[in-house]
Amino acid sequence: MPAIELSKAPQPSATNPEQIRNFCIIAHIDHGKSTLADRMLGITEVVDPRNMRAQYLDRMDIERERGITIKSQAVRLPWRSGLDGQEYILNMIDTPGHVDFTYEVSRSLAACEGAVLLVDCAQGIEAQTLANLYLAMENNLTIIPVLNKIDLPAAQPEKFAEELAKLIGCQPEDCLRVSGKTGAGVEVLLDQIVKQIPPPIGDANAPARALIFDSVYDTYRGVVTYVRVIDGHLSTRDQIQMFSTGVRHEMLEVGVISPEPVVSKGLGVGEVGYVITGVKDVRQSRVGDTITTYNNPATKALAGYKDPKPMVFSGLYPLDGADYPLLREALDKLQLNDAALVYEPETSAALGFGFRCGFLGLLHMEIVRERLERESNLSLISTAPNVVYRVVHDDTKEMIVTNPSEYPDGKISAVFEPIVRATILAPSEFIGAIMELCQQRRGTLKGMDYLSEDRVEIRYTLPLAEIVFDFFDQLKSKTRGYASLDYEPIGEEEGDLVKVDILLQGENVDAFSAIVHRDKAYAYGVMMTSKLRELIPRQQFEVPIQAAIGSRIIARESIRAIRKDVLAKCYGGDISRKRKLLEKQKEGKKRMKMVGRVEVPQEAFIAALTTDADVDKAKAKK
Amino acid sequence: MTLSFYVHIPYCVKRCGYCDFNTYTPNELRAGGDIASVSEGYVDLLIEEVNLIPESGPIPTIFFGGGTPTLMEPMDLGRVLSQLENKFGFADGCEITIEANPDSVTLEKLEALHSIGINRISFGMQSANSHVLKVLDRTHNPENVAKAIDWAKSAGFAEISVDLIYGTPGESVEDWSSTVDTALSLPITHISAYALIVEEGTKLGSQVKRGEVVMPDDDLTADKYLIADEKFHSAGFDWYEVSNWAKPGSECRHNIGYWKGVNWWGLGPGAHSHMDGRRWWNVKHPNSYRDRLQEGESPMLGEEFLTDTEKESERILLEIRIRDGIGISSLDSEQRSRLLPFLAAGHLSNEWWQEGRVILTQSGRLLADQIVREILL
Repeated sequence: MPAIELSKAPQPSATNPEQIRNFCIIAHIDHGKSTLADRMLGITEVVDPRNMRAQYLDRMDIERERGITIKSQAVRLPWRSGLDGQEYILNMIDTPGHVDFTYEVSRSLAACEGAVLLVDCAQGIEAQTLANLYLAMENNLTIIPVLNKIDLPAAQPEKFAEELAKLIGCQPEDCLRVSGKTGAGVEVLLDQIVKQIPPPIGDANAPARALIFDSVYDTYRGVVTYVRVIDGHLSTRDQIQMFSTGVRHEMLEVGVISPEPVVSKGLGVGEVGYVITGVKDVRQSRVGDTITTYNNPATKALAGYKDPKPMVFSGLYPLDGADYPLLREALDKLQLNDAALVYEPETSAALGFGFRCGFLGLLHMEIVRERLERESNLSLISTAPNVVYRVVHDDTKEMIVTNPSEYPDGKISAVFEPIVRATILAPSEFIGAIMELCQQRRGTLKGMDYLSEDRVEIRYTLPLAEIVFDFFDQLKSKTRGYASLDYEPIGEEEGDLVKVDILLQGENVDAFSAIVHRDKAYAYGVMMTSKLRELIPRQQFEVPIQAAIGSRIIARESIRAIRKDVLAKCYGGDISRKRKLLEKQKEGKKRMKMVGRVEVPQEAFIAALTTDADVDKAKAKK
Repeated sequence: MTLSFYVHIPYCVKRCGYCDFNTYTPNELRAGGDIASVSEGYVDLLIEEVNLIPESGPIPTIFFGGGTPTLMEPMDLGRVLSQLENKFGFADGCEITIEANPDSVTLEKLEALHSIGINRISFGMQSANSHVLKVLDRTHNPENVAKAIDWAKSAGFAEISVDLIYGTPGESVEDWSSTVDTALSLPITHISAYALIVEEGTKLGSQVKRGEVVMPDDDLTADKYLIADEKFHSAGFDWYEVSNWAKPGSECRHNIGYWKGVNWWGLGPGAHSHMDGRRWWNVKHPNSYRDRLQEGESPMLGEEFLTDTEKESERILLEIRIRDGIGISSLDSEQRSRLLPFLAAGHLSNEWWQEGRVILTQSGRLLADQIVREILL
């Protein structure tokens, strides 16, 4: 049997780098990465069949439900090669699978020498996978192309083998074929990992340098930091030091994941494992940072460390104002585990007390919101997401705007907005629809390539703000779900942008203000005013709803004063029924937010801030 | 202490499309049954329930409602009245009302009803337009109403009322105007006019839900209320409750009792009762009602004891609807301040405010529920 009993396998801290293979799996959501990983855990017998469960490595409910990995993990798998009969240690480093976490992906890749490029052979490669593949190739990783789900009736392994061969410059027959579901081809894949991927190279006698590729907060243990040792050795009794901050920590525990934590004496060159220092906040142990030892520090950090930079901002408010302290607590708690999340208190005249939060992207935002609601049992309103603007006004002064309501009123000489390079992969029949969408969204075509006969890669530069506003949903609906999208920030450009305010009875509703392109201001104004007219109940007086750029009104609607609000009769003395109805109405009244004298139900805020696509998604969830 | 009585007759020949009252057709109760057979013995049950009631003083008002009370034999209803009179006695001028379907009365029947002591009759006229009656799913021919009322008059009824419904889908302002005129041409002393409420679970409710029937605009319905109020007023009918108008002295005292929070006992399945802050209601189905009483048990299904806050809520929501309104002295200063915008907008009578009473004006009556919410916040 190619599996090796754990106790007889090469031990952590004492494994020859020659015997180590570090690899990751690059795959799109749904392409079967978790199932393949499960299968590897089974075949290498690190998990007892009795303890096996689906998506073993995904820890959070959200990860399991959405089939995505938010945090990476590294599992140590002992394996005896079927080709040379030698013992090896395979470290499988799981990578997050989404565009928002590109930086995390790049650090996971930096911890590996090779990558398994896993593609569903009924669907072909997706844009995100392609982006990560390019990232891996830039990192000089050895790529092993693998077609998954060969057991599916719709599988087209020949077609997609050709596509992969073209992309990475190999022969179609070099693509391995596996089925994570049945296990077919997985042993061959493990043997090829050993054969093709080079062992790690490092200087065992140099001062220690280890790359942090993930950092996770655990309620009981504090922060668990995942590292790959490049040079030297980390031992339990070492004091370690973070390069970026210079802060010193005691090392309380060192170990490997196999796939449950196993304590070891240390970690040597090329090894992958975890360290625990008693730190309580992942921001003190940041992804991309270099760990060295305090007594014998390295002089040079490993390359590539970056502070996470929020790209998308949104206001989060508790539905019930009394939950504000609870929301603060929940954010504080979440930040322990999410170094990319930033937030600061903000007050909205319409929504009360809340926080302006910065996220890596839309998925990051959704995940944070979902975790806050789920883990802390909160109901939240989030304002429409926006990007960061750099505004030059009064000719010289400059300010960074993360909230449309902070947009300066005076004379503005220039506004700069973030621009991204977007890559879209789709069947060629949708080229027209995609170009039309990108054109509408102020995109500039940068190039187009055929990946195979009927699949294309389309490259555009687009303002990030356009992507943030339901671009992905539109793309999916215009391509019947076939297109995939990846984007990366490439800087900023000046834009002809204006702030559109929405006024209720002359009062500006800050939560509805938006910064939009001048050509789209009118459409936004009409959309919001007519939406609000439907959503806000009639009041005792007429309520004008206006959209304005500065003092110029660009759209208006009005809600007529209510004239009738009375129940005609009580049924046969059923006064209880009438009283209960009144109590229900009173509850509804309490949940109203006051904008000046206008009572606005919270549902109206939620509905007005939600795109139609969100509503469809919410329906689909039910 | 005295008790008013509501007597429920839970039978109808056919269920109207908008109705969600506790009533049953013979066929629903027994396949192929007719009214006489399914209601047999029902009066005995009502009498059983009367026997369960503790002693109290002479009865001021009695109201036979339904369902369709006029489907019952007058003699049977007379037995209920005798039992009540024997047990409690009738107060001077005891008001005894019956709801009547214009289609289910004859001159003889009306004479019989009058002879057993019923002195007030309320006809379900609803509309003078056949196309409106059709949407309401009513069976009667609008011309029968005038005939029935003439009979009632000659049978000796001095107090005659009609019930009207406005705001039915498809009803124009002109339709409603003609309904009001028709009603006012009849020899009546009292009018109830209710805006149609579409209830979930009714035939009309599902038609609206499916979009087959479109409810008229609320403003149009408000206009109809104003038209009715003006016409009623000119004809000498003054409002004494949001949906009720009467010639002076012809107000329905039983009805006023509900709004003033008096004590009453509801007899029959699904009937509601109130005594000094305790409310209860009977089992809904006639069969369960029968089973309970045949076992010698109370037919009560549920009850609630009102807290002081709930009593206060009810007082406000009921009293605001009547002509006497609410005493300002019963409201605290914050509640009074919250009413000022309504006073300023002309929804509350300025004259009466000076006199220390919160009384709705014509436009205020249409906003009664909103004003109640503002007081009770």
